Amino acid sequence: MNLLGKLDWSAIPFDQPIIMGASGGVVLAIVSILSWVTLKGYVPYLWREWITSVDHKRIGIMYIILALIMLLRGFADAIMMRAQQAVAAGGAQGYLPPDHFDQIFSAHGTIMIFFMAMPFVIGMMNFVVPLQLGVRDMAFPTLNSVALGLTASGILLTNISLAVGEFAKTGWVAYPPLSELQFSPGVGVDYYLWALQISGVGTLMTGINFVTTILKTRAPGMSYMRMPVFCWTSLAANLLIVAAFPVLTATLAMLLLDRYLGFHFFTIDGQGNAMMYVNLFWVWGHPEVYILVLPAFGIFSEVVSAFSGKPLFGYRSMVAATMSICVLSFIVWLHHFFTMGASANVNGFFGVMTMIIAVPTGVKVFNWLFTMYGGRVRFTVPILWSIGFMVTFVIGGMTGVLMAVPPADFQLHNSLFLIAHFHNVIIGGTVFGLMAGYNYWFPKAFGFKLDERWGRTSFWCWLIGFYLAFMPLYALGLMGMTRRMQHYDVVSWQPWLVVAAVGVVVIFAGIVSQVIQLVVSIRDREQVKVTADPWNGRTLEWATASPPPAWNFAMLPQVTDIDAFAFWKRKQRERTQQAQPTKERKFEPIEIPKNSATGFITAFFAVVTGFALIWHIWWMAGAGAIGVFLTMLAFAFRNEEEIKIPADQIARFELANQAEIAG
Amino acid sequence: MSIAVAVDDEVRYEARPSASEAGPAPKRIVVGFGFWVFLLSDIVMFAAIFAAYAALAHATAGGPSGGQLFNQRSVAIETGCLLASSYTCGLMSLAIGSRRFAATYLAALVTFVLGACFLVLELREFAGMIAIGAGPQRSAFLSAFFTLVGCHGLHVTAGLVWLVVMMAQVAIKGFRAAVERRLLCFSLFWHALDIVWVWLFTVVYLMGVLS
Amino acid sequence: MTDTQYDRAPGDASALPDVEQGTSSGVLVYTIGLALAVVLTAMSFWVANTSLLWAGGVSLGLTVLAIAQMGVHLVFFLHVTTGPDNTNNVMALAFGVLIVVLVVVGSLLIMADLNDNMMPAAELMNLQMQH
Repeated sequence: MNLLGKLDWSAIPFDQPIIMGASGGVVLAIVSILSWVTLKGYVPYLWREWITSVDHKRIGIMYIILALIMLLRGFADAIMMRAQQAVAAGGAQGYLPPDHFDQIFSAHGTIMIFFMAMPFVIGMMNFVVPLQLGVRDMAFPTLNSVALGLTASGILLTNISLAVGEFAKTGWVAYPPLSELQFSPGVGVDYYLWALQISGVGTLMTGINFVTTILKTRAPGMSYMRMPVFCWTSLAANLLIVAAFPVLTATLAMLLLDRYLGFHFFTIDGQGNAMMYVNLFWVWGHPEVYILVLPAFGIFSEVVSAFSGKPLFGYRSMVAATMSICVLSFIVWLHHFFTMGASANVNGFFGVMTMIIAVPTGVKVFNWLFTMYGGRVRFTVPILWSIGFMVTFVIGGMTGVLMAVPPADFQLHNSLFLIAHFHNVIIGGTVFGLMAGYNYWFPKAFGFKLDERWGRTSFWCWLIGFYLAFMPLYALGLMGMTRRMQHYDVVSWQPWLVVAAVGVVVIFAGIVSQVIQLVVSIRDREQVKVTADPWNGRTLEWATASPPPAWNFAMLPQVTDIDAFAFWKRKQRERTQQAQPTKERKFEPIEIPKNSATGFITAFFAVVTGFALIWHIWWMAGAGAIGVFLTMLAFAFRNEEEIKIPADQIARFELANQAEIAG
Repeated sequence: MSIAVAVDDEVRYEARPSASEAGPAPKRIVVGFGFWVFLLSDIVMFAAIFAAYAALAHATAGGPSGGQLFNQRSVAIETGCLLASSYTCGLMSLAIGSRRFAATYLAALVTFVLGACFLVLELREFAGMIAIGAGPQRSAFLSAFFTLVGCHGLHVTAGLVWLVVMMAQVAIKGFRAAVERRLLCFSLFWHALDIVWVWLFTVVYLMGVLS
Repeated sequence: MTDTQYDRAPGDASALPDVEQGTSSGVLVYTIGLALAVVLTAMSFWVANTSLLWAGGVSLGLTVLAIAQMGVHLVFFLHVTTGPDNTNNVMALAFGVLIVVLVVVGSLLIMADLNDNMMPAAELMNLQMQH
């Protein structure tokens, strides 16, 4: 009986200088940050105000910090791949052995989708949606904190795999039979599976939380057709989470049963059917891309309308387009495996459905264009990202429609053309949207603006770098280069790949500019300080202070129109002209949810359980599971759920805030 | 700067036309609806496993098929247990609604016993199949069968644990609002499991033995 | 029109105005549900085992009975109604059912089509073993 399961010293790859160097650096960074925080005495503050916080704004910010760190990790993988392919032509093998290269592309995909884009999108929704709805918190604040904890657990497990053991070598989709025990006997696939299962539970909780929040808790008067578009797209994205993530959970559970208990879902023997995995994976996988991009569409809608100084053109058509994408995204999944062997009829049906989904997306693009048309557009950083998006995303969308034609897909499937396409829509759509949102809502979150000049530099580097990095991949795909090649014999591909590598360097310059932008803005925060409404915004989040107090709104706003805040400002102007007296305000005590360590403790036990299961340390897995159960029990039996904020504290805050606006 | 001040005198409360404009809903509705959404997601998960089962139902790899393995009498008793427990769970909700402790405990006890009977029967069936070499490792069909039925069984187990915890909460904390909300969620969960079981016995046990 | 402005929580019965009346009528609702469910279950088991019916229609019959029984559970146990105070609950349910149908029917059609188009090697071997 081995107390540590499969774990021993051979799990740490001492013979691999690149891996050891990277993980050594990461460990060093973590240790130095932790000791700095401890020495400065920040631990109690962090524990009280952040780690145990159930405030949606804090949780949203923590999600985004996680996502930004993972962006760096995933981007490091990207640089390594581009560097490898730039040199490994002809007989050359490059500097990465196949074994390591395979782990890098799997980790890159997994991290960028699940641990960069998802937390970024969820963090953005967390911060913005309750503010836009004009309410004080999410429907289930503690569940929100648990969801964050579980997402962080998945991230931690994935990154532990860098130093202890290995990551999957199967690509981010982990198709069987390659991912079965027979062909992937190591712990790599187990890391992948447990990291995704644990963070997937967190994502599902988030989805339930947002659907309930948006449908059940809105400010008085905010009927569905008065909700800001970002709330609509968030609703659609979270409905998709609720409907799609359980399918991923079930599918990965089947693969886990195959690997751990010798089941035969997707194995070659026992009459398993690996194609069922592919099918179920994409039942989740296609809605997932809309989970990522719909909130980005919402951000663009808010940004374009705010900086054009006009209500969004075609609000109703925007809502209709969003909801029809929500349903249509569930009937196109077969286009991810046209070449698996379905008949022409089936391929044809899914091809047509895929093309149809471009229609509502097109409607959206025209809505944004018409919103800008005739408006007085202020060219700030968020609007630059939005315009960059419109151009880039349309190109990506059209290559998508091209691949929706099954015969064309037979040529392009698994080629670099596909890689270029989905990076074109995910970077051009989701990442650009998140960057726009990051620049747009940053002043709301922290009370000061991000530096414009470095923001513009960052945007241009990203945009140019993106085109340099991915346009060559379209060409390479048409020339027949497949994805995931550690080295290749066709020397004429090399110049294109060198250009792509240069593009990645330019994107890197963009990321560096963003870091500088953040540092410079924090340094000069007194100069770029803002009050509640720095952009002349139109929705309710701009009606409260920046940063908003824990209770968001001293009184719940009464909504009478779309763009409630713009409507109120107009009314206010008319009022001042008529010189009506404003009413005396009386504050009442507000109950806000109490902080809870449940999220953190659950996350701790989830990591313990996940790690133990990956390494077959059964006693530890049992102990971790019992820990999770006991944590839940302790939460269920707690007596106090809310704390009351006294009226005079609120009054004091509001007064100080008023004074700040006046002065 | 709060928007409420300026506008609240313009909105007449009696003019609120519909639920969608009424402002944040009371907690019981929020919690119930949230759990309802969770149940839908759970059912989608079952749907994925159902799809896998249906796709693999004939992949017996030369091993026994459903027709040779299933015992309809035992399934009928299991169905009866679960249906009856759903009924007593409903009676428990009524007892909670009128805050009768004894009736609540009694209904919960009966619900628990019936659920446990269901589980015992299911485990006996599983053990019998494994004993004759028809375990989940035998074929893709049996893998899918054990996963689908076992997943439902796990849900029932979780439900039983939950029920015990809830009775402890009623005993310790009494019928306070938070406890009542959780009991509402429990009853939703228990009824939903019965709906899943309807599809399970129909698709797996009844259609599975048709020639 | 005082307190009808919110949707009802799922699972809460609509017509329980006061406690005394509510309990007895509540028991009645659950009992009717139980009786209907028992009848439908018994019919399912009978349909599956009888030789009186056309064999090809049995699967269809079982499906119809299952849908009916699901309806009974929803109406009598979960108190889902068509009333205006249930709109959100019913919409969510409808979305869930739509997704379930899409996932199950879509997957089965795709897998059946794949099997027709390219019978996997294992199945061929199976056929050979049977003959």
